[in-house]
Amino acid sequence: MTTKMTKQNDPVPGIERDSTVRSWASSIQQLWNRAYLRFTQGELGPWPILIGLVVIWLFFQSQDQHFLMARNLSNLVLQIGVVGTLAMGVVLVLLVGEIDLSLGAVSGVCAGVLGVLVTTNHWNSWIAIVCTVLVGVAIGLLQGGVTVYIGIPSFIVTLAGLLAWEGVQLILLGDVGELQVQDNLIEKISSSYLTPTLSLGLVGLAIVIYAINLWMRRASRRRAGLEFLTIRALVIRVVILAVVLIALVEFLNAYFGVPTILVILLVLAVALTLLTTGTIFGRYIYAIGGNAEAARRAGIRVSTVRIAVFALTSAIAAFGGVISVSRAFAVSTGTGGGTLLLDAIAAAVIGGTSLFGGRGQIYQALLGALVIGSVQNGLDLLGQPSSTKDIATGIILVIAVSIDAISRRRRQAKGV
Amino acid sequence: MSTFQHTLQGQPWLALQGISKRFGSIVALDDVDFEAYAGEVVALVGDNGAGKSTLAKIIAGTYQADEGLYFFEGKQVKVSSPQDANALGIATVYQDLALCDNLDVVANLYLGREPSKTVFPLPHLLHRPLEDEMERRAGEVLRSLSVTLPSLRHPVVTLSGGQRQSVAVSRAVLWGSKVVLLDEPTASLGVEQTAMVLRLIVQLRERGLAVVLISHNLSDVFTVADRIIVLRLGRRVGTYMRSQTTPDQVVAAITGSSTLSSGVME
Repeated sequence: MTTKMTKQNDPVPGIERDSTVRSWASSIQQLWNRAYLRFTQGELGPWPILIGLVVIWLFFQSQDQHFLMARNLSNLVLQIGVVGTLAMGVVLVLLVGEIDLSLGAVSGVCAGVLGVLVTTNHWNSWIAIVCTVLVGVAIGLLQGGVTVYIGIPSFIVTLAGLLAWEGVQLILLGDVGELQVQDNLIEKISSSYLTPTLSLGLVGLAIVIYAINLWMRRASRRRAGLEFLTIRALVIRVVILAVVLIALVEFLNAYFGVPTILVILLVLAVALTLLTTGTIFGRYIYAIGGNAEAARRAGIRVSTVRIAVFALTSAIAAFGGVISVSRAFAVSTGTGGGTLLLDAIAAAVIGGTSLFGGRGQIYQALLGALVIGSVQNGLDLLGQPSSTKDIATGIILVIAVSIDAISRRRRQAKGV
Repeated sequence: MSTFQHTLQGQPWLALQGISKRFGSIVALDDVDFEAYAGEVVALVGDNGAGKSTLAKIIAGTYQADEGLYFFEGKQVKVSSPQDANALGIATVYQDLALCDNLDVVANLYLGREPSKTVFPLPHLLHRPLEDEMERRAGEVLRSLSVTLPSLRHPVVTLSGGQRQSVAVSRAVLWGSKVVLLDEPTASLGVEQTAMVLRLIVQLRERGLAVVLISHNLSDVFTVADRIIVLRLGRRVGTYMRSQTTPDQVVAAITGSSTLSSGVME
């Protein structure tokens, strides 16, 4: 192995630039330095919420020993399916500096569409799901178009949408107000599990793809003469992912196995992460959320990107509607209603996504949903009424936002 | 067309002739000429309302002149939008810098013009930006301008005012601009940060760019400018070579009291 000196203007202290093969200790040091640098810049990353999650889990475990059992956590995954999906949509729309209050209603009306297509019209369930998502896209294009071209704040447009789509949902469901959906495929989304072999196969695939990706990134940075991670640092990262995934699979195998919905959530999260962090479109989403005027001056077609985000978000909400049908085996007038929208927004914000645009990550939606889901699930176990659950969710939201606000202040103090 | 003396060689890269601009009944600019040569820093000074900003916006393509001609590299051109000006190689660094605070230095430098890897059936927006290539070139350009930043991969919100200004100016250089227009670049900066930006302006001149500096601050102007053009009430009232003038003379031209230097107000 050659050692290649790479020069950067004003090198970052503590990060090796000539590192090809180093000791394990210095590789760990390299990873640690990066995390520490981000931390000092006010980027707390997932750590506050992960710590919060551990605290919440330990608390409920101390109150009820069933909490951390495979069965309960498996149920927890099923419970956060809809809210986690919607929260990913919320992250997208918040990133671009907008809000979508109609997501719950869109998921409800799309659940209604799915119910009618499958039950009343006997459509093939795959085609029905695709059409349902397309209805979501259409709704998003409409709301996004009104927001962008007429210039009405998205808060108002989507508030109007919230009311209107709820009305449409009532019409779709008719006088009975409920449609039983008996469909093999749709039911399976929320009530099937992967076999242990399949789970391990998927984990293996994920690890290999992750490792190849890290390796190619490293090679590319090295070619460009930039600072790059040591091979051992890559190995450490891959091993961490492998240990986490295998432990998760083994743990869930103690019950029925890995729920299909968990795989769907993770695949959706990875796809959206690739979109937001690995494409020009994603770059523009952050740019517009950070400074829309600067983005416009840089020649970015801000309107197009904004409308596309609304469409994508609504499509995700529509898919959330599909999941809610599969959970309940039915669609009713209450589907997509209640605290669903507020929980989804809370999940995104608890996860660390800024309400003011330009700051956030897709994975934060899932972590936030996990926190909200854990509190609600835990309080259910303890036999607490929904009043307690609402109060607890509210308190956690305030704590999470406070941590974010304090870290932001530190960040800005650095900037002066 | 007025005549002016200068010791610079050749034709100017950027020249405006007989520019007039009215807003309703207000005459913002009245038959103004302007020119910027390669390898010089030309300062545009004047009191509030003298027409500096209007002229700057006409150069940048934000406004169009009611009368007058716009020449770039000797050829008459039509500049009817900021994009037209950019395409010619005229970059404007506005006072608000137009940076995305949440993005890192590299992303800001390339915003809107990311080189990308073509993934065949996908539209351009879904292509992957070539991050490493961008970071490498960004590093080179910043180094060549002696701009030092803590990291190219930290959000620009974590940078100081002078560093942010440097990023905004470097963006113009990165894109091969020939004329860089700086609107009050040191207005909100402290002493040390101001020095940093002025050093950068000198770097631009040494690269052979034409730098147009719009400033209220005569101390900055006398530190870096080669030539000083004074506007007053929408007219060009003076052109000075820095080496042959004093701040008093320039102040006198700005305020219209040509005898200030001798201590007598009109």
